[in-house]
Amino acid sequence: MISAIAVMALGAVILGALLGYASVKFKVEGDPLVDKIDGILPQTQCGQCGFPGCRPYAEAIAKGAEINLCPPGGAEGVQRLADLLGREVKALDAEEKPKAVAIIDENTCIGCTLCIQACPVDAIVGAAKQMHTIIAPLCTGCELCLPPCPVECISMQVITETVDSWKWKYPVVDIKTTGMTSTRNTPTGGAGGIKAA
Amino acid sequence: MLQLFKFKGGVKPATNKTQSVSQPIAIAPLPSHVAVPLHQSIGGTPRPIVAVGDKVLKGQKIGEADGWISAAVHAPTSGTVIHVGQQTVPHPSGLAADCVVIEPDGKDEWIERKAVDYRSLAPETVRELLREAGVVGLGGAVFPTHGKLTPAKSVPMEQLVINGAECEPFITCDDLLMRERGEEVVRGAAIFRDLLQPQKVLIGIEDNKPEAVAAMQAAVKAVGEDFEVIAVPTRYPAGGAKQLIRVLTGKEVPNGKRSTDLGVQCFNVATAYTAWRALAHGEPVISRLVTVTGNVAKPRNYEALIGTPMDELLALGEPKADTNGIIMGGPMMGFLVPDVKVPVVKATNCLIAHSDALFPPKAPEMPCIRCGECARACPHELQPFEMYWFSRAKNFGKTQEYNIFDCIECGCCSFVCPSRIPLVQYFRFAKSEIWAREKEKKASEIAKTRFEFKQFRDEREKQEKAEKLAKAAAAQAAKKAAEAAAAQATGEAAEAVPPPAAAETSPADAVKKAAIQAAMARAKAQREAAASRNTESLTAEQQQDIQAIEARRMASGLAVPAEPKAE
Repeated sequence: MISAIAVMALGAVILGALLGYASVKFKVEGDPLVDKIDGILPQTQCGQCGFPGCRPYAEAIAKGAEINLCPPGGAEGVQRLADLLGREVKALDAEEKPKAVAIIDENTCIGCTLCIQACPVDAIVGAAKQMHTIIAPLCTGCELCLPPCPVECISMQVITETVDSWKWKYPVVDIKTTGMTSTRNTPTGGAGGIKAA
Repeated sequence: MLQLFKFKGGVKPATNKTQSVSQPIAIAPLPSHVAVPLHQSIGGTPRPIVAVGDKVLKGQKIGEADGWISAAVHAPTSGTVIHVGQQTVPHPSGLAADCVVIEPDGKDEWIERKAVDYRSLAPETVRELLREAGVVGLGGAVFPTHGKLTPAKSVPMEQLVINGAECEPFITCDDLLMRERGEEVVRGAAIFRDLLQPQKVLIGIEDNKPEAVAAMQAAVKAVGEDFEVIAVPTRYPAGGAKQLIRVLTGKEVPNGKRSTDLGVQCFNVATAYTAWRALAHGEPVISRLVTVTGNVAKPRNYEALIGTPMDELLALGEPKADTNGIIMGGPMMGFLVPDVKVPVVKATNCLIAHSDALFPPKAPEMPCIRCGECARACPHELQPFEMYWFSRAKNFGKTQEYNIFDCIECGCCSFVCPSRIPLVQYFRFAKSEIWAREKEKKASEIAKTRFEFKQFRDEREKQEKAEKLAKAAAAQAAKKAAEAAAAQATGEAAEAVPPPAAAETSPADAVKKAAIQAAMARAKAQREAAASRNTESLTAEQQQDIQAIEARRMASGLAVPAEPKAE
């Protein structure tokens, strides 16, 4: 009886020590859920969600904030957040905008550096009383540089599709019946690129 | 005789090649204008180096290669540049890209062509020359050739495969090239051989081209090389690089590896031909053989300038009245060009006049019945029905698990599908969607690191500012304290020499304090000088009074006698 209790107690002590050690040794810094949420957010750092950046919004979501506040992430972002968190998909709380890049009208720019300070990703170069310009590949299209500009020389330009960025479209089947002639014996049965419109 | 291997899958569509091989290669007449797209090969987009109004000569470079994996582009004929900018290009999107448009002057005047003996040059120089001549893979992938001509250090190069299989229906340009210009193809292959130093050179040609096989065998003998010309069984897509390598060498290129990792490299016959022309004749790639066929009265192969409008080239074949479009490439992998006026590019091996009689519209798509025909037909041993399922559901992670990126889009699966599902379209959709996402992800990662760095920097600046302010405040306080101390000291010993700086203060502070003391002394002196101003113009009586007072003060020891200094 006593030996049984002793054995159980010993086991409890050993396992407790093991658990205690593991919790110290394998301690996870930060909240892994926040990292996962942050990975889904588009990192535009635009603050349109009402939080100062993507990470703070990720932290807020982890604590229970709404998941439909991120316009750059779009409906797909909401869907992915819902999948991750097991929450219900909601309609986006703002309208979705096409991706854009900020352009500085270099003739109007007075070199005040206000936009440089506002840019969350340091995508604007320039110096006091020198013309500023935007490094387009780094611009996230957050529009944070628009309000501080005293001469309104910054505009958003929607990114147009180029040959390099063009994507094949999801195949759509015409409803119209074109007869049931088999096309198996003609080479156009191939890649289908021919009717790829 | 070499033992041949087999690749799994493949299909046997009607070849439709005989129509266009009865006539020899013809030189296409000079077009009304040539529009040369700057981006014609994989890799960087060449920068235009000509401006509107410039006179250019045939073969003059008009686009400078951008980066190592990129190839220069050249003026196909002499004339005047009339436009540099966006023009519709032969791309399934129908979008525009940068082009240089040249109006020919009709003289077709060459630049000075410099032939070189490549054997006397360093391999790097030869690769550089090929890059400058715009030599790219003309089989369809248009990968810059010089980028494939560096032998791998770790793996010895065993076989060099020269691809003359030309497996796609309708296309016969490589066939005619081998028949008529076989010697130059062999010499071009010798350049690649000399650069890569393989143990063997194998020229693979589908056995439905016996004339080409015979011509190449004769050419190899005439040049005196020991290349093996091998007829391979006709089965689409035997001309795929990986398939031909499999058939000729038995080596299977695994997922994620390149053929060079297995000691094999593969080039198209037309690429070998242009490489030879570039080095031995100094001619950059400004033209190529194009098969004009399909719904035309006179199908034939033409040597056409790059940039020739497709409708002008197709007109040479006299298209029939019901022609309603042009397919660039073959019927399996080609696409209907968005505009018949788009230019011929380096990747244009064939133009097929499209008509509904020749290519009847596809019947509607039916549900997948999971018969597995597509998996049996796939030359890469993929599972198209699974990839289709996940592409359709936009479950892109799963498509990657089924190795969608190994798909060469040959179209065998769509060809055999009894439900007429456009499988390749689904795969292309999934692939481009995955690429776009990867790009977006990379961009967002960059944005994240930059944002975090900016935050860190802002924080650091704030801290530095605070520290600076604290320092300034401390200095101010110290100064005040010192001043107070100094004032006290001067008050205590008003008549004495300024007291030495306090021992506990640092030398810098001492200097400062001394300066302050000096300034204060000067001020005092000034005050005194000003104070004595009212002593001028006094009456004798008053002066006597003052002297009496001074005498009294001196007697009582309050003042230092002023006179002794003067004495």
